[in-house]
Amino acid sequence: MKQDLTLTVNGVSYTRAVEPRVNLGDFLRHDLGLTGTHFGCEHGICGACTVLVDGATLRSCLMFAVQAQGCEVTTVEGLSDAQGPLHPIQQAFRDQHALQCGFCTPGMLLTVVELLGENPDPSEAEVRDAISGNICRCTGYQPIVDAALQAARTLKGGTR
Amino acid sequence: MKAPPFDYHRPQSLPEALALLRGADVRVLAGGQSLVPMLNFRLLAPAALVDINGLEELRGIAIEGGRLSFGAMARQREIERHAGLAQIAPIFAQAVREIGHRQTRNRGTIGGSLCHLDPSAELPMLCVLHDASLTIQSAGGSRRVAVHDFIQGAMSPGLEAGEMLTSIEMEAWPQGHAFAFLEHARRAGDYAMSSAACLLTFDGQGAIARAAICVGGLGDRPARLTHAEQSLLGARPDEQLFAQVAEEVERLPAEGSIHASAPFKRQIARTLVRRALTSACATMVTA
Repeated sequence: MKQDLTLTVNGVSYTRAVEPRVNLGDFLRHDLGLTGTHFGCEHGICGACTVLVDGATLRSCLMFAVQAQGCEVTTVEGLSDAQGPLHPIQQAFRDQHALQCGFCTPGMLLTVVELLGENPDPSEAEVRDAISGNICRCTGYQPIVDAALQAARTLKGGTR
Repeated sequence: MKAPPFDYHRPQSLPEALALLRGADVRVLAGGQSLVPMLNFRLLAPAALVDINGLEELRGIAIEGGRLSFGAMARQREIERHAGLAQIAPIFAQAVREIGHRQTRNRGTIGGSLCHLDPSAELPMLCVLHDASLTIQSAGGSRRVAVHDFIQGAMSPGLEAGEMLTSIEMEAWPQGHAFAFLEHARRAGDYAMSSAACLLTFDGQGAIARAAICVGGLGDRPARLTHAEQSLLGARPDEQLFAQVAEEVERLPAEGSIHASAPFKRQIARTLVRRALTSACATMVTA
């Protein structure tokens, strides 16, 4: 039986009726049309579906949408406007060629958002630890680590 | 890879949750980091889920004197970052960093880990290491059980129908105790092939006064090395002695997996026990 769900995604409030078994990621993709959140493994291993819920990363395949009642969700679509400049973390990924197919990128970006929010000046080892739950199968991790470190420098207001 | 249909309940209080648990074929949904994958794989198809994420009563970590009390819904990430816990029982942060990844630790809970009971899980190991006591509640009342009795095997918690684990209590070791938690997995965040944890205290002469050693991932549950603990009493830290007492691992039940045979797991565990004891003593020297 469907249940009413009200939540905020990227600053916009939505109310929908949803089956309890629908996970948050499928809800974002199919009910709200926010297809930036990608699904890889659907059992909590690959990290592609990572989103922020009330500021903390989680795997959106491992949370049912109904559990996000009253929550504030941020997806990759919330990082920058389609017409505006990229978020500094997105810009860093672009500058460092930190993506090839782009499948893992939304999850990587949101993981780096959380990391830099807590630790504005991470070491390379701390970046590697933070993204250890996000699997990339094409570019390799080095450019992603470089991008996270560049983004940290940009966000602190320093030069590249 | 989608969960089967279920009725979803989000109780607002513990009594309401316990009343819902009297229903047939009901599962508790805690952090969901093991339960939801099992649902997605259709390994489970309960009639209803009782989501306890909204229950304030089950939150929090309390430290009173030397006593630690975890609400069942204390998240792994809270345990990892808890300043008071880092002071009084630093092995928790060290072990919790080995659990999954940041995204799963943001959700995963100590109570969920204890009720799922993967044999290589870190938090059940720490509970066994500290001889924890668990509070279990049902609509009919409340009872306390030792963690050793609660863990009845792999994925086999000692819970009756209608019961819920609500809190976990244990005595912290004396201030300044030595500790170490080590595990070996093929990749960071994977389930450990074997793991070892130890706590030590020393007398005024530098001899070991108290010891607790636990290995995980070997058999169907975390196991204490009781003979090794006894043999260390009164001894001075010595790598050869540590290697010798670690031999007790050879007598423990072990089950092989596709990644590691039982003898290989024992070999890893033996090495980790020796290294954990050595590493714990090293923390004392620098302290």
